Amino acid sequence: MPKLNLEAVGTAYEHTVSSLRMRIIICAGTGCLAGGSLNIFHAFKAEAKKHGVPLHVELKPEDKPALLLSKSGCQGFCQVGPLVTIEPAGILYTKVTAEDVPEIFETTILSGKIVERLLYVNPGDGKRCSGPSDIPFYVRQSRSVLASCGLIDPENIREYIYGGGYRAAMEAYTAHTPEELCTIFTDSGLRGRGGGGFPSGKKWALTLRQQADKKYLICNGDEGDPGAFMDRSILEGNPHSVVEGMMIAARAIGAEAGYVYVRAEYPLAVERIRKAIDEARDLGLLGEDLFGTGAHFDIKVMEGAGAFVCGEASAMVASIMGGRGMPRPKPPRTAEKGLWDKPTVVNNVETLATVPLVLRKGSKSYRTVGTSGSPGTKTFALTGHVANTGLIEVPFGTTLREIIFEIGGGVLDEKGNVDNDAFKAVQIGGPSGGCLTRDHLDIPLDFDSLGEIGAMVGSGGLVVMNRSTCMVQVARFFMQFTQAESCGKCVPCREGTRQMLDLLDDIIEGRADESTIPLLESLCRTVARGSLCGLGKAAPSPVLSTLRHFRQEYESHVVDKRCPVGACQALSDFVIDGLLCRGCTACVKACPVGAIAGEKKAPHVIDTERCIRCGACMATCRFGAIRRGGAA
Amino acid sequence: MNTLTGDRTEAASFGVVCRILDFYDRDPGMIIPILQKVQEEYRYLPEEVLLFLATSLEISPARLYGIATFYSHFSLEPKGKHVIKVCDGTACHVKGSGALIETLRSMLALEKGVKTTSDMLFTLETVSCLGACGLAPVVVIDDTVHGQMTPDKVRVLITKIREEEDAEA
Ligand SMILES: Cc1cc2nc3c(=O)[nH]c(=O)nc-3n(C[C@H](O)[C@H](O)[C@H](O)COP(=O)(O)O)c2cc1C
Ligand code: FES
Ligand code: FES
Repeated sequence: MPKLNLEAVGTAYEHTVSSLRMRIIICAGTGCLAGGSLNIFHAFKAEAKKHGVPLHVELKPEDKPALLLSKSGCQGFCQVGPLVTIEPAGILYTKVTAEDVPEIFETTILSGKIVERLLYVNPGDGKRCSGPSDIPFYVRQSRSVLASCGLIDPENIREYIYGGGYRAAMEAYTAHTPEELCTIFTDSGLRGRGGGGFPSGKKWALTLRQQADKKYLICNGDEGDPGAFMDRSILEGNPHSVVEGMMIAARAIGAEAGYVYVRAEYPLAVERIRKAIDEARDLGLLGEDLFGTGAHFDIKVMEGAGAFVCGEASAMVASIMGGRGMPRPKPPRTAEKGLWDKPTVVNNVETLATVPLVLRKGSKSYRTVGTSGSPGTKTFALTGHVANTGLIEVPFGTTLREIIFEIGGGVLDEKGNVDNDAFKAVQIGGPSGGCLTRDHLDIPLDFDSLGEIGAMVGSGGLVVMNRSTCMVQVARFFMQFTQAESCGKCVPCREGTRQMLDLLDDIIEGRADESTIPLLESLCRTVARGSLCGLGKAAPSPVLSTLRHFRQEYESHVVDKRCPVGACQALSDFVIDGLLCRGCTACVKACPVGAIAGEKKAPHVIDTERCIRCGACMATCRFGAIRRGGAA
Repeated sequence: MNTLTGDRTEAASFGVVCRILDFYDRDPGMIIPILQKVQEEYRYLPEEVLLFLATSLEISPARLYGIATFYSHFSLEPKGKHVIKVCDGTACHVKGSGALIETLRSMLALEKGVKTTSDMLFTLETVSCLGACGLAPVVVIDDTVHGQMTPDKVRVLITKIREEEDAEA
């Protein structure tokens, strides 16, 4: 007999929900919390008290509330947070403060009208939007993994069950053999979202085949890629989807113990996944004798300690066992020899959150979305110089053009205004990825087509850059990251990345000569070929990719000693600030090449063509009116 | 936060450390969580505590030292009372975290390579991505996240902490 009747939990919950007239959802994702969303939560409670309106903050089966105030995880639109959503009306208020609460309460909650001034205004056309149904940022997305993030209360397992949760896990344990599960997932074409896009069903089948008394499952929530935060949002916004995914994966490979390895930088994610695991265990969904089948599975949470390389599977295994998180040579793969030398599957958070959806939909139906080689949807963290930054989810195969200009609302120029001509490049795939340019705007984004052009989906960070960004500096930024994060075990990665960083510094600081770029390129090849793990192998990618697409920019630094966008201090033109310049002519006398001209007592100007960027003028000026910078 | 602010004589009493060790059943596989808890207590990992831990867990001090220095969260040096983390992840970098770091360095009068102010009031660290990129650039001061920062906003925050500290003193 199953210990737990999911239908009954769902029905009891539905019974409570059916009495709800209105639900106020306060976003309690990291972004909105930072903006003060907890104060808003408390202000609503106070306001309800003032008006004598009963307001519930938790749905208990025995209650029949009319008004519910709940917290959600990140709704993806952090930039205009804190967000307050009113359901079922579908109203979304942006940039809300606690002071706005009395007006929202009186106007919307009590009188059913909209507070116009808190609605989102589309920067493109200045139109006010009432909610996700007409905000371009949301309309163009197709949210399935993120669908419930931002709606349900992540700390209430009953809500997840009410929405159909844990049924797929029950099906996995009661209606399928592990072999069947592996086949279903292989057929679905689901590919891991951790970076490489390895087919999940195949990985599971390989592990299932191993003979061993114990097997392990690890959920990789390390999310080391800077600029990506989807795993965090899923763990915070819908942790039960990850628990359920882990249950299914565990069944498919025959694991009885699982770990969630989360970055310690994500304290809220740690707290919410811990709570979700405890709630699931309390209901008998984890632990012994799952669904009356005699199967066991339980999950532990392990906090990372700040090493990017621990995201790599074999390093993660070493770290969980209490050692330094250093990768080891393969084979054997972790699927063969992982935790305590037992077969171990490492899957990414987003992958695992997708797993229940695949089983619910069926593998055929899952394949109807996305591209043939990359079925389904992918979340992207859209950041940088774009009007709407945030977390988005689109089918694989969506183009950059749609993402940046439609969902993202366009590119921002130096002053922060929307100007699509300012677009320069998009960095995708983090420190292991590459750059895409205007030429790639219409390429369908999926594992295969990105691989063909030397980029990768990676974890899904998309950093939009406008024309004020120097691509050599972008390459240097990633090189600095990988150099600092190299575990130091193998020489090509440890020393190679160090030298690559030095060469990039030479270019940026004006010391490079004609041998620098060829040397950098040959180092790239050596490091990529000789490194032990994925970190070193992929370290040269940002350099190679920027060299491929922006070679002229590199050459301009090396040959002309000029940074075309004026971002590299040593190679940028000098400018005179007309407001500070007193016209004292000291700089005119100091300039050895006569590049400065101007009347006495009137602001001077520098002829950048003649200027040799020696800095004599800046050193002479007593009013601080001369500085480096300013695009050409 | 705890009261044992890196005081060496108190560190030598090891009472707290023993409780932490017992909580994890003195399991050497639990080294990382143990170090995390110990660091929460002392705000860094004092040398004598590391030595004590190695002996208690029956592992070599070299191995423990290797682990403690491998992970960036562990600090072998005392940290200031207020820890400022500036995100220098991709999104924050593109949106100008460099200027924030420069502002803080000059405000706190930190020389190159120095992280903690001489009065032990502030420690400045950079981290790569806090997962709040929608709010870039991001600064975290004592676990409170501040988004969409500018040099001016940073100045205000630091000045406020200084004033509060002066008021207390
Ligand atoms: C240096 C390095 C860092 C990595 N960091 C992560 C990470 O933070 N999160 C993640 O899920 N995978 C990361 N990976 C990929 C993992 O090793 C592994 O392939 C992935 O977790 C498998 O999950 P999937 O099959 O669901 O994609 C990293 C790989 C390398 C080489
Ligand atoms: S935290 Fe509220 S939308 Fe992201
Ligand atoms: S890059 Fe700074 S929070 Fe992500």
